[in-house]
Amino acid sequence: MSTQSVIGAERDAPGLAAAAPAARPSLDPGLLYAAAGWLAAGTITLFWPNTKEFAHTSDFGVGQWLFAALLVVGYLFSGRLGAVSRWLANNALRLLALAALLTIWQLASAKLGYWPQPYFPPPQGVLDAYVKDYPRLLDSIRASLVLLVAGVALGSFAGFLTGLSTGWSPKVGYWTIPVLRLFGPVPATSLIPIVVFVFPSSFSGGIFLVALAAWFPVAILTWSGVSSVDNSYYDVARTLGARQRFLLLKIAVPASLPHLFVGLFMALGSAISVLVVAEMMGVKAGLGYYLDWAQGWAAYGHLYGALIIMSVLFSSLITLLFRVRDRVLVGRKGEVQW
Amino acid sequence: MVAASYKEDLAAEPASTAGAALDIEHVSHAFDLDGSVLSVLDQVSLNVKPGEFVALLGPSGCGKSTLLRLIAGLEPPSRGVLKEDGRAITGPHPSRVVVFQDPTLFPWRTVWNNVALGPEAQGNLKEQRSRVDDAINLVGLSQFAKAYPHQLSGGMAQRVALARALVNDPSILILDEPLGKLDSLTRLTMQSELVSLWRSKGFTAILVTHDVEEAVFLANRVVIFSDRPARIKADFQVDLPYPRHRGDPRLAELRRASLSHLGLDASW
Repeated sequence: MSTQSVIGAERDAPGLAAAAPAARPSLDPGLLYAAAGWLAAGTITLFWPNTKEFAHTSDFGVGQWLFAALLVVGYLFSGRLGAVSRWLANNALRLLALAALLTIWQLASAKLGYWPQPYFPPPQGVLDAYVKDYPRLLDSIRASLVLLVAGVALGSFAGFLTGLSTGWSPKVGYWTIPVLRLFGPVPATSLIPIVVFVFPSSFSGGIFLVALAAWFPVAILTWSGVSSVDNSYYDVARTLGARQRFLLLKIAVPASLPHLFVGLFMALGSAISVLVVAEMMGVKAGLGYYLDWAQGWAAYGHLYGALIIMSVLFSSLITLLFRVRDRVLVGRKGEVQW
Repeated sequence: MVAASYKEDLAAEPASTAGAALDIEHVSHAFDLDGSVLSVLDQVSLNVKPGEFVALLGPSGCGKSTLLRLIAGLEPPSRGVLKEDGRAITGPHPSRVVVFQDPTLFPWRTVWNNVALGPEAQGNLKEQRSRVDDAINLVGLSQFAKAYPHQLSGGMAQRVALARALVNDPSILILDEPLGKLDSLTRLTMQSELVSLWRSKGFTAILVTHDVEEAVFLANRVVIFSDRPARIKADFQVDLPYPRHRGDPRLAELRRASLSHLGLDASW
């Protein structure tokens, strides 16, 4: 029996293969290029005169220099800082590109004045917003997260139950399928005018909208997951003595988990967009509200600052979801590919 | 290849028959395909003695696998009765376990948890943990108890499926072309293992196969079916002691006889 070769084949798994090149001791010049880029970017920020006064210009330039210095340290300790070294080696060229982009932004806004002010403040304008307004920003992050997490949790749970019962029981499906077909595709945001007078507070209305946006994709994907379970799984379990309850909880549910995670991924996406719209239109808190406020006061540095926070926050949430999925679907690498 | 633990027992007499008798009485079965009726089994009657190893041979698509589903209780027959030890079969029961052509392991469960599925579903896993270990041992996979199905080769996966069946101590083991998708070397090894398991455990074995050589090598009785709707065309004993040798001239004779029943003896 080819026992060894089968287990040996596991070494081809991407996770294990990726670890090998990190041990390479030679210094990677990529990090030096990146450091040079950040040094140049900081120099331009510091010594090229601004067309008008911008706060924190020198702070920002010094920050770019410090980052360049950190990259040099990373270069000197290549391969000896574990995960940090691996990340740096992987992203050296991206860091160089980031320095170039910041410099273009810097030149076009503060140094050459190509971009009209105050609409396109330089990067230090964003830094200024963070320094001055961080308590409010933190508060907005907290408010957005509370609304998003509560809404997605409720909506996904309801969607999971809807999808599971629809896929499992034809009697339930008789009633739920037309509802899913008819009301599923209606954008949750289109209900805002109704939500405004039906719900007692804008907070509960916001939770309802976010939950509704998450409910539909989770319900549809869970339904398709349950109905696409291979019948032979049920046959095997039945001959081994399984009853309905066991078939549902121990076969149908785990078999449809990969679909559920696709649904959750889609749910998170649509929930985030509903969240921001809801915050802009009625909920008087959160990052969406902050954007609206910043625009109203022509505080454009604050606006871009909030946008950057949103991109980092929401992409972290999606990464977190992927991590959870990899944990839950351990052992199913052959089956799930996305 | 299988753990040595039970090989020692082989010299001894086959275990006292833990197998059940199986009586198939005038069973007919038909499928409804878009309004037209497709008859797959026609008045099949077969009496299997406890502990017998019966191979069912027949052309592809003749309804043998349908008969196995009826024996397992996964479907009721359109007409006729099937009985296990005299009691009518009305639904699936862990005393009759099927090993399918595909191992059908649950990909989210480790080897150990796949094998433990029967006891878990029947609600007595706590008392039977050591039986699960024993069954995995029996098929020689104790080192792989924590592996997931996607890490196993085809032969290993089919052994797990076998262990998952045997842990329930079935009185009738239903084998639906279990070796059909394995490479020929693995297949030969597992044929011998199947015989050893059957001889040590004493269950009644019903094997559907396309492989005439496999049928006469493994079974002590071969039943040959006609084309659809399946009817019994021939039914004979393989009166050779175990362990058998593939080169035995008597096997070649029986093989030729079987092929002639299937209308395939021209090449012999």
